[in-house]
Amino acid sequence: MIDYEYPEYEVVRDERRCTVCRLCEKQCAFSVHGFADGRMTADPAQCVNCHRCVAVCPTHALKIVKSDHCFKPSVNFTADLMHDVYAQAATGGVLLSSMGTPKNYPVYFDKLLVNASQVTNPPIDPLREPMEIRTFLGAKSETIGYDEAGKICVERKPTLTLDTPILFSAMSYGSISKNAHEALARAAAELGTFYNTGEGGLHQDFYRFKDNTIVQVASGRFGVHADYLEAGTAIEIKIGQGAKPGIGGHLPGAKIGEDVSKTRMIPRGTDAISPAPHHDIYSIEDLRQLVYSLKEATDYKKPIIVKIAAVHNIAAIASGIARSGADIIAIDGMRGGTGAAPTRIRDNVGIPIELALAAVDSRLREEGIRNRCSLVVGGSIRSSADVVKALALGADACYIGTAALLALGCHLCRSCHTGKCNWGIATQNPELVKRLDPAEGARRLVNLVTAWNREIKEMMGGMGINSIEALKGNRLMLRAIGVTEKELEILGVKHAGE
Amino acid sequence: MNHKTIDVSGVAAHNREGEIRIPSGCAISGFFSRRGRRMSADGIVQSIAYMHDRSNGLGGGFAGYGIYPEYKDQYALHIFYDDFEARENCERFLNRHFDIVNLSRIPTRKHPRITDEPLIWRYFVTPLATKLAESQLGEDEFVCRCVFTVNAKYDGAYVFSSGKNMGVFKAVGYPEDVGEFYRLDEYRGHCWTAHGRYPTNTPGWWGGAHPFSLLDYTVVHNGEISSYDCNRRYMESYGYRCTLQTDTEVITYIIDYLNRKKGLRFSDVARVIAPPFWSQIDNLPPDERETFTDLRNTFSPLLITGPFSIILGFSGGMMALNDRLKLRSMVAAEEDDVTYIASEECAIRAIANPSKVWAPRGGEPVIVTLDEDVKL
Repeated sequence: MIDYEYPEYEVVRDERRCTVCRLCEKQCAFSVHGFADGRMTADPAQCVNCHRCVAVCPTHALKIVKSDHCFKPSVNFTADLMHDVYAQAATGGVLLSSMGTPKNYPVYFDKLLVNASQVTNPPIDPLREPMEIRTFLGAKSETIGYDEAGKICVERKPTLTLDTPILFSAMSYGSISKNAHEALARAAAELGTFYNTGEGGLHQDFYRFKDNTIVQVASGRFGVHADYLEAGTAIEIKIGQGAKPGIGGHLPGAKIGEDVSKTRMIPRGTDAISPAPHHDIYSIEDLRQLVYSLKEATDYKKPIIVKIAAVHNIAAIASGIARSGADIIAIDGMRGGTGAAPTRIRDNVGIPIELALAAVDSRLREEGIRNRCSLVVGGSIRSSADVVKALALGADACYIGTAALLALGCHLCRSCHTGKCNWGIATQNPELVKRLDPAEGARRLVNLVTAWNREIKEMMGGMGINSIEALKGNRLMLRAIGVTEKELEILGVKHAGE
Repeated sequence: MNHKTIDVSGVAAHNREGEIRIPSGCAISGFFSRRGRRMSADGIVQSIAYMHDRSNGLGGGFAGYGIYPEYKDQYALHIFYDDFEARENCERFLNRHFDIVNLSRIPTRKHPRITDEPLIWRYFVTPLATKLAESQLGEDEFVCRCVFTVNAKYDGAYVFSSGKNMGVFKAVGYPEDVGEFYRLDEYRGHCWTAHGRYPTNTPGWWGGAHPFSLLDYTVVHNGEISSYDCNRRYMESYGYRCTLQTDTEVITYIIDYLNRKKGLRFSDVARVIAPPFWSQIDNLPPDERETFTDLRNTFSPLLITGPFSIILGFSGGMMALNDRLKLRSMVAAEEDDVTYIASEECAIRAIANPSKVWAPRGGEPVIVTLDEDVKL
């Protein structure tokens, strides 16, 4: 009785428009909609506000609104917190959430403004002049010289070449569907960039996307074998994730069907638990051993990425990683998404990516080792403007996850952990998965990144920059607005008007 | 660097160069004799004066090569001092690090439009053998670090020229007035470059005028580069301190780094800072494509975007280079053994009757060096 709560959302059906076609009923995996006595019914208590019914309703008869039912208002004990207490008092469980934190932490990207040329130097029109966004990721050669014939020789390091500074970030097969994976892989191939397998291994059907695949090795080592390591152009060691630093992963047995079981190399129906640490990495020197084990296993041909969550001591940690042989450091900010994370971790642990990026880039430069590895940042990059700002702060490229899922149809209902994704993305239910057409999904991803590429070129042209390498770390192209002196210092930018 | 602000305009004092980043437009000119003929500086003064309207009287300067044959094995340090005390402090430093073969004020003549001059001194020096050995550095690097130390740590002292058998002469004023002020008519060199400055928002500081130099590299530059902070932050991670915050300063350091430290030929330096577009590189034969890709990728933070035309002077040669889109005018010409470069053709025709005149394409360097049989 105490635990009863009025539903968070209400399903509003316009009876004049509804034709009782019952499509909403068929489409809702959460069983919100029903049919009785010739009329549609709804159980709003089940609704997660994913908008599937709203989007498919042929007569636009549906909308979901936030309930105006309320507790006595308090800014301290908010309704959310009260709901959480009731839930935990009822179950004794750890609260679970999905996708990025909805909490009101500062978004520094929104406090950074981009420069443009006026008079003293000209803006460059990307419609008339070449505007280059080709991106290289990996360590740079420190030695250069001439051979006897007078030709330049450099010590070539394993390098990723991208036609855009945007990559798709790691999302495992298991946490997302096979069709979602296929859409990402196809889009990456068409865009000349990379998608990332996440920690769930790689389905045999996708080995053909080798040239556009980054394979991940995480603490569970699921699906890791010699062919898998060879199935990608780069290997990513996942140490941490922005949404849940210090936490492993847990894919419930219910999601481990035949295919996922084969791909992950674990029995069907068993929970897939990734430990919090890699049990062979308890210190930085252990990381170096894993980096070099992977390099040995792949003949030193593939760049090794080390992905870490943005945490307090990020600059020193990144410096250690840069000296461990990693070719690329990926940093995931606290606003990054997840298929499932303990709510308290997601909402309270880690730091925003902008501060982490600025601190790491500055530190690596101070130590003269910025050239030893590239920086890829994610969590969360929401638009082309965020990409431009991240590059100007010092990133070499950006990972996008949430934005890519939105392109596939995700409506950010943050219910991935239920496994009932009505959009066919974060689910293994075949009936739901088939709602996502990989070809259509790929087309939308290609559209998204193409549109962002265009916008990035427009902004670069405005700044008078016609090659993306001249944007990287070019912090004079940024000014901050409405931040403190300390924030300016960490971001390494001037205030607007300075 | 904590220089006092010099206020020549009578309005409230602005920040000095290095405390603020100042964009500026400009005129540049230069010529070089492949035969090493020592030519009077009259020509260069006349040439830059022809482009008077491209400067606004807030900075002008010259670099001459081959001008100190009698001291060609010593480093010639040209130093501005704010006052006597600054000179004393700096000279103590110089005495600890160098054998000073000769020192004197640089001869100047009073000029009605050149005012507020600092103390301007010249030293011909050789690094002290003991200090050099102790530092475990090569001679050039030793001198280079001493220059950085003076400029960063010695208030009121600024080394603005530090090469051998060459020198920079610069001031706040129109370049033709600067030439008269420094009595340039008394110098002869096989290469001269010049600069007239048009800064947008500063009274100008003598040290901020061009050419900017380090060792025997001098750069005069017209433009405003949009890649500045990317270039600066890269160079600073290799120990170069960009105290002036000017384009010319960072360009000079990039050239020093690539040519002196990394050993790249000047033609390859040009390929790093103004490379062809990928669309062009991708269509090259495989061999060349590899070379261009390696250069561009290895030194990607040293690509310079935004408009620029530069003339680089170095021992035994001169290079002119435009940005890849050629967003600044720059013309080249030849007459006999002399190659001319200038922002405008008129500045060349004012002093020469060239047999060949052309506009170098964006990113295509014009490099001239002394003929092999020439001994200076």
